[in-house]
Amino acid sequence: MTTATTRTPTAQRAVGTAHTRVEGRDKVTGAARYAGDIPFAELAHGWLVLSSVARGRIRSLETAPVLGMPGVLAVLHHENAPRVDSDHIGLLGVPPEPTSVVFQHDRVPHMGWPVALVVAETSEQAREAAEALVVHYESEPHDVAFSGGHPDVYALDGHMPAVTEKGDLEAELAASAVVVDEEYTTPEEHHSPMEPHAAAARWDGGRLEVVDSNQGSTWVADGLAKLFSLDPESVRVRSEHVGGGFGSKGVRAHQVAAVMAATVLQRPVRVVLTRRQMFALAGYRSPTAQRIRLGADADGRLRALDHRSVNLTSTVHEFVEPSAGVARVMYDADAHHTANRVVRLDVPTPTWMRAPGEAPGSFALEAALDELAEKCGIDPIELRARNEPERGPVSGRPFSSRNLLACFREGARRFGWADRDPRPGLRREGRWLLGTGTAAASFPAGAGPSTAVVTAEADGTFTVRIAAADLGTGARTALTLVAADALEVTTDRVRVRIGDSDFGPAMIAGGSMGTRSWAWAITAAAGELRERLALGAAVPPEGITVRSDTTAAIGALAQKERHSFGAQFAEVAVDVATGEVRVRRMLGVFAAGRIVNPLTARSQFVGGMIWGVSMALHEEAVRDLASGGHVGADLAGYHVATHADVQRIEADWIDDPDPDDPVGIKGIGEIGIVGAAAAIANAVWHATGVRHRSLPIRPDRVLPAGTGALRA
Amino acid sequence: MREFGYRRVSDVATAVAVLDAEPHARFLGGGTNLVDLMKTGVERPALLIDVRELPLDRIESTEGGGLRIGATVTNSDLAAHPEVRRRYPALTQAVLAGASGQLRNMATVGGNLLQRTRCGYFADVNKPCNKRVPGSGCPAVEGEHHNHAILGASGHCVAVHPSDMGVALTAFDAAVSYESADGPGELPLAEFYLPVGDTPHLETALPPGALITGVTLPAAPVAARSRYRKVRERASYAFAIGSIAAALDVRDGVVRDARLAFGAVASRPWRARAAEEVLVGAPADATTFAAAADAELAAAKPLPRNGYKVTLMHNLVVSELTALAEGVAR
Repeated sequence: MTTATTRTPTAQRAVGTAHTRVEGRDKVTGAARYAGDIPFAELAHGWLVLSSVARGRIRSLETAPVLGMPGVLAVLHHENAPRVDSDHIGLLGVPPEPTSVVFQHDRVPHMGWPVALVVAETSEQAREAAEALVVHYESEPHDVAFSGGHPDVYALDGHMPAVTEKGDLEAELAASAVVVDEEYTTPEEHHSPMEPHAAAARWDGGRLEVVDSNQGSTWVADGLAKLFSLDPESVRVRSEHVGGGFGSKGVRAHQVAAVMAATVLQRPVRVVLTRRQMFALAGYRSPTAQRIRLGADADGRLRALDHRSVNLTSTVHEFVEPSAGVARVMYDADAHHTANRVVRLDVPTPTWMRAPGEAPGSFALEAALDELAEKCGIDPIELRARNEPERGPVSGRPFSSRNLLACFREGARRFGWADRDPRPGLRREGRWLLGTGTAAASFPAGAGPSTAVVTAEADGTFTVRIAAADLGTGARTALTLVAADALEVTTDRVRVRIGDSDFGPAMIAGGSMGTRSWAWAITAAAGELRERLALGAAVPPEGITVRSDTTAAIGALAQKERHSFGAQFAEVAVDVATGEVRVRRMLGVFAAGRIVNPLTARSQFVGGMIWGVSMALHEEAVRDLASGGHVGADLAGYHVATHADVQRIEADWIDDPDPDDPVGIKGIGEIGIVGAAAAIANAVWHATGVRHRSLPIRPDRVLPAGTGALRA
Repeated sequence: MREFGYRRVSDVATAVAVLDAEPHARFLGGGTNLVDLMKTGVERPALLIDVRELPLDRIESTEGGGLRIGATVTNSDLAAHPEVRRRYPALTQAVLAGASGQLRNMATVGGNLLQRTRCGYFADVNKPCNKRVPGSGCPAVEGEHHNHAILGASGHCVAVHPSDMGVALTAFDAAVSYESADGPGELPLAEFYLPVGDTPHLETALPPGALITGVTLPAAPVAARSRYRKVRERASYAFAIGSIAAALDVRDGVVRDARLAFGAVASRPWRARAAEEVLVGAPADATTFAAAADAELAAAKPLPRNGYKVTLMHNLVVSELTALAEGVAR
């Protein structure tokens, strides 16, 4: 036995200092293995067959010829697949997404609906056989045409009420000296993580084991246990390395199909989605149609704010993209109305995608604010300062902290905003018109209950076990820093193991809540362990282990408006003769809680801002009305920003520790994208004099619009 | 993916003979387009005949002052060749505007000319496409077509040819050499691509079973002052929504010679001969350049959602010719 001490007087605080990824070497040398790489003895390969009609029924499947093809082991479909129980609520409080509950009936509710899984000895054999499978459909007329004016639009509560109304909107608008009344649209957008969804399932000694790529191993384990009516203890899901998720990696068709096949064949089965299949099976951000009405006094003070958003959902599942929610946080007005509505179409179900609600909502609202600033003749930052609320505009609750104006002040100083001539269309450099724009950003700061297990090992090191997920963000590294500080040791004595549902329930990597939630649980367990060790407890060979559960602590948090804030700045160049738009520089300054690891945090902020560049200028998934499916559903057809599109992008932050969090964290996963598209759109107006209210701002829109009124 | 055979050949005669014996074979150059199409099921060859080791990887001056470019010369080597850069700068610029460094290291000149359209309907075997399945229809006419053809299309197909290299080659009157079971032959690039008509699946005049062996560029002094300009929906690594190869020889303020070709507007690289006719002999000024653009684009038949391309091409003609007339180095 040895006696461990966690007192290292010379140890520096790890949180707040830059640290390269603890698994960085493994990743750059290829030693880190992802779900699709990990070998299993006797592994069979499943390939999903997706519907080629947008609505109807499966009449029959010609499985016999396919079963005779080389290497084919089975064809699973609605007539022979294991039955599952979809009548349950998952850990995130919603029923399973029906597209993941595969092969239970003959209905086809959207293009790309999974109709069969072909399993073969090799992936190539499975794919060839899957593509040869003939499926006969009774097809029915479909409706995939989204518009804000669709007759079947209805209000839908999501994780927030659909509608909030305060004051007499029409009266305040009528009394306003200045009114902005515009419609904004954002297109269908896809997560497109670099690593496709992949899962291998096998039965091992009566336990179901799934090697997966996901955003929460206990989340997926819980979903699979409920679907297959298994004892939760008998399901283990692991997901050690993840190549991006952005909201798309929960329970999806590939894991469920792999479990079915592994059960039927009693051997390990892996199912990997292709990039094209991901467009149908992995969820996406719904297009939005938003109407904003702002009424203000001549000095810019808001009298009326009306933010209404419509998104689409599928016919089999309700999902709301709560774009109007951002107005409930950002600005107050005597009359303040917001509404999120949806329309059900014959399309796959949309889902959470990085900053759900805030990303499209901030584009509309922050672009409208810029239009109001123009009409009032007030600087856009000053307009926001004049409308800074003291309490939640809808909730009436105090803000835990709200450092928006500090972000604007610091950003304006660094960006050189004070020298800006507000008039549009004045700056030219060769063929380029130049302009600058700004927008505010916000995202909720929350935490979810988690458990963590911390062990003092006999050799003087510490092992942390928590079912966290590192989507590539650096979460594993951040947790290492947090654990080191909580244990008061240096980081080289801490080993953090994540991505295993056997470690116990934990928050998912989502809602910008992962690192905060996990850090809380680790801090709690580490604190208790440190107290035990401080009492001089001897460490036995098996170590001393402490488990924490933050459910009660998080439940006891006072009801407040808890958010991160930020200010986005962009400079663009526009060639109105070709319609090309380039973002020359961006600056984001954020107040987003204590920053655990400045190195990876900057990367995450900048990554979000680059996503904002893509959202503003590039991304649009095109749905073909005739077939009901996508056109160009790959990364050649679906454009994201390339390196050449990313010029000078800087992110920084101001000191903003959360007073109610043990580590001071708020969460930084999503706020980088919020407001970015609006800042760019506002800069395009400043360059050209034309307001572009539909994303993406692409040459086919910019060229016909030219410089608008400036030419007249 | 269907299982396929693979054979590497080292001489042209064998390559042609192997293809002659296996009609479902395809020549494999860099594979930067063919392999993608095999993955998506658009192409399902029984055999790949790898032609990358054929002795067709040289760039040589011809007696007439032109260049002969072997079919397996990579895009990277073509763009970097000093004589290409000196005599046909727009060709280097066009090649470098395409794809990525990795792809240019693999892609070949012969394969570039035979690459297929990137129309999203063509690429998806679950959708109708007259080019892929003759007679199945063209959903792009009513559907997604914001980057489709404005010139030379028909109701049967509105897809565009994706090549950048081919636009510059077309402007400079390149000719395509080939070898077939019947012996060698040559086709001017202007006649290489067939009109769309009602047979969009028939893309080239290359005889069945023929192997492209090279491309010959005739001497063209005007090409020494040439530019290529590509407009796309992001700064790099995207196909053009409109591009132009332009060369201009101006003396005493009058256009003596001019070459213009457009990319991403038709099923083939589009030689703008009507524009050239307006230019030659006319004053090298903005009025002439605009008139030249109008003359070429008078035949444009835009679809409901690609009319912006007409304006784009007009603007590109004027801006590139103006830059050439002013002697602006790229």
